[in-house]
Amino acid sequence: MKALILVPAFNEATVIYSVLNSIPKKINHLENVEIIVVDDGSHDNTKKEAKRAGIQVISHILNRGLGAAIKTGIQYAREKKYDILVTFDGDGQHDPLDIQKIVQPILMQKADVVIGSRFITKEGVPFDRLIINSLANVATYLLFGTKSTDSQSGLRALSKKAIALIDFKADRMEFSSEILLEAKKHNLIVKEIPIKAIYTEYSRAKGQKNTNAFPVMFKFLVKLFR
Amino acid sequence: MFTSIQIVLIIFILFAISRVYLRAKERVIPVKTAAFWAFIWITALIGIALPTTTSKIAAYVGVGRGVDVIVYISLALLFYLVFRIYVMIEDLRHEITKLISNIGLKNTQKKSTSKKPIK
Repeated sequence: MKALILVPAFNEATVIYSVLNSIPKKINHLENVEIIVVDDGSHDNTKKEAKRAGIQVISHILNRGLGAAIKTGIQYAREKKYDILVTFDGDGQHDPLDIQKIVQPILMQKADVVIGSRFITKEGVPFDRLIINSLANVATYLLFGTKSTDSQSGLRALSKKAIALIDFKADRMEFSSEILLEAKKHNLIVKEIPIKAIYTEYSRAKGQKNTNAFPVMFKFLVKLFR
Repeated sequence: MFTSIQIVLIIFILFAISRVYLRAKERVIPVKTAAFWAFIWITALIGIALPTTTSKIAAYVGVGRGVDVIVYISLALLFYLVFRIYVMIEDLRHEITKLISNIGLKNTQKKSTSKKPIK
């Protein structure tokens, strides 16, 4: 079995090198682990830094959003016939050791989509993030009928079946909820695993802004009524 | 006799209808879209040239004045059109993303092919 660890990045030059170096090159029960960066039209040296870490980069010539970067990565995984795809944020907010934990249910064939949830234990999560995330979860449930404790998590794993079937439209942050909708549509088994969230000043500034909640909500509504 | 505001509006609407006709002739807009806009402008033309028709509609639907009917319908139509334009822009965004993604994947493929040693 071979796995692809997809790191979407936009203007992450200051941290991408260390983030990529921290990702384990070997995962138990997997023969081959490849890391790929999708550089989403960065204006800084993200691509150069990723290459310095010896990682292959797919470049978007224009910034199209996190959802778009993940879509490109899924397409790459589909074309190269990977068995597992792991998405791992490029801002350093995930613990690399959690990768092993989230691929485990797929290796054991107990899940097709594994979400690394920061909110099962709620350990170290700032209060405002807790509120915004709860609202996003409620919105995801009301609009799409899918329950999740962390619908916006950037650490997730997809099985080969999920890689083949998941086809979301959203280009920006709202894609996270759409992945859950796609999983429901295709009867994929979704499992949540508690993960550690590393909130640094940098990752907080780079991650989802609290004010993003409103445009994301609006886009959900447009999707429903279009 | 027409009032001065009616004359100005009628001239403007005739200009708008001529634009619809010309754009349809140039095939810039599809026939269906041209028919939709022609219908909108001709309806407006009738409403302005024969104000009694809008008063009759107002009385029929239970709105006070003919002009109120026009305002209500126009507002509803405008909101709907803004929504359609928003959806259209979203579709265009998705198309652009698809293009950017394909270019990225193709360039990566090219690079990995060119790296293979020549036998």
